[in-house]
Amino acid sequence: MALYSEKVMDHFRNPRNTGVIENADGVGEVGNAKCGDIMKIYLKIEDDIIEDARFETFGCASAIASSSMATELIKKRPVSEALALTNQAVVEALDGLPAHKVHCSVLAKEAIEKALQDYYGKQDAADCQIQKWRRS
Amino acid sequence: MRVYLDNAATTKMSSTAMEAMLPYMDTVYGNPSSLHSAGQAAAEALITARRRIADCIGASPKEITFTSGGSEADNQAILSAARAGEKKGRKHIISTAFEHHAVLHTLQKLEKEGFEITLLDVHENGIVLPQQVADAVRDDTCLVSVMYANNEIGTIQPIEAIGKICREKGVLFHTDAVQAAGHLSINVEEQNIDMLSLSAHKFHGPKGIGILYARAGVPLAPLIEGGAQEWGRRAGTENIPAIVGMAAALEEACTHREDNAKRLCSLRDKLIAGLWQIPHAILNGDAAKRLPGNVSFCFEGIEGESLLLLLDDKGICASSGSACTSGSLDPSHVLLAIGRVHDIAHGSLRLTLSEENTEEQIAYTVEAVKEAVAYLRSFSPVWHDLVSGRKEFVIK
Repeated sequence: MALYSEKVMDHFRNPRNTGVIENADGVGEVGNAKCGDIMKIYLKIEDDIIEDARFETFGCASAIASSSMATELIKKRPVSEALALTNQAVVEALDGLPAHKVHCSVLAKEAIEKALQDYYGKQDAADCQIQKWRRS
Repeated sequence: MRVYLDNAATTKMSSTAMEAMLPYMDTVYGNPSSLHSAGQAAAEALITARRRIADCIGASPKEITFTSGGSEADNQAILSAARAGEKKGRKHIISTAFEHHAVLHTLQKLEKEGFEITLLDVHENGIVLPQQVADAVRDDTCLVSVMYANNEIGTIQPIEAIGKICREKGVLFHTDAVQAAGHLSINVEEQNIDMLSLSAHKFHGPKGIGILYARAGVPLAPLIEGGAQEWGRRAGTENIPAIVGMAAALEEACTHREDNAKRLCSLRDKLIAGLWQIPHAILNGDAAKRLPGNVSFCFEGIEGESLLLLLDDKGICASSGSACTSGSLDPSHVLLAIGRVHDIAHGSLRLTLSEENTEEQIAYTVEAVKEAVAYLRSFSPVWHDLVSGRKEFVIK
């Protein structure tokens, strides 16, 4: 049996949504090169819908496939759904990952979380700015 | 195109070795310990194979012990020297930081038992200096174990000089010659070797068989008890087909060694020159003092497992010292030992050639690696940071 499922190999060979979104509404980077995995997710959000999701990944095949699948799962979906995404959902959508590679799906979930935090952080900052302006 | 470039992992069996083995499965299948004629025919084959192997390395037949392979031979050599040393109160062993795990893990086991282990630095070029050994030897040193050639980066160690120092100081010298056998010249007398490990499947012989050479007078402690085979040094019915196959393969490799080495070095250097064209790539280990068939590179900004799988899609079988290929978190201890930082060591690629590889395959591989590295870099956040100047390149 091969190490990876056909689905993993498909998303590794033909990763969906690679690249950068200029002026993204939210950016999240997790992992570090020392451990061999870095994932960076870029989100474009309009009216609480994730209009576009892109990624850059340094890592093994399962890390690339997990990023690709995770971005597919949240694209065109409401932010609330993206926040509820579990790493298990990524694993299942990939028809499974070997036990020692499950952490890749966790990284993908965390990268999305971080990108959404960034988005909310920016939102808060914007809201504060608006309030300050109104008060003055 | 199918290109097998993982000959340091294992090799294809030679037809000479395979044909030599066949009669010992269905015709001469006796147990060499049996007194009847079927057993004695097998015993005859064992004697002949042992002599042929001894001849290839300049040893005498009684100094050859058949083992299940290189790992067992390494284990037995080190443990035997440790047990003998212990009796004389000598519990210090010298080795290098980038030995095979069969050596390193055995040393770790001894360390827990109270032995002191000194692992010598191998420098950025992957070569230990004889002077380091001379400086490290103490009155209580019972063994020096230094590999002949490294399994990942192929660098060749000055074993003859190290052996000479050990002789002068009265310390046993073991060398793990698993990657060297059949590819570099071996003469245990001239090279001052007391113990040597080799494994048949690294030189087109069968898997599961190897030898431990131990100079006459060096006591071997058995790892396996239960019979008088191998003069009590290793119990168990001898694997006659594999032993015969190993003898045939080693003889063949030694006969053609110089011609093969010349051809392989030329292919190797073309491969190295081709891969050097990739920006921010670095050769691991000395460019000249390396095995004829070993090429090892690190590429900045990418991870090795991904690279291997992309190459596999193109029919190229390679290997990597990346953590992801081994299931551990740390990249190869060999690459760390020569000073590669983690980030860089994760992006390693090892290509090891055999006599069957062609110029056409090398050209194809260079193009495939170039393409795969560029592709992986195209969506690597590390590469993105490097080219945009947010981070500094480690490999200039």
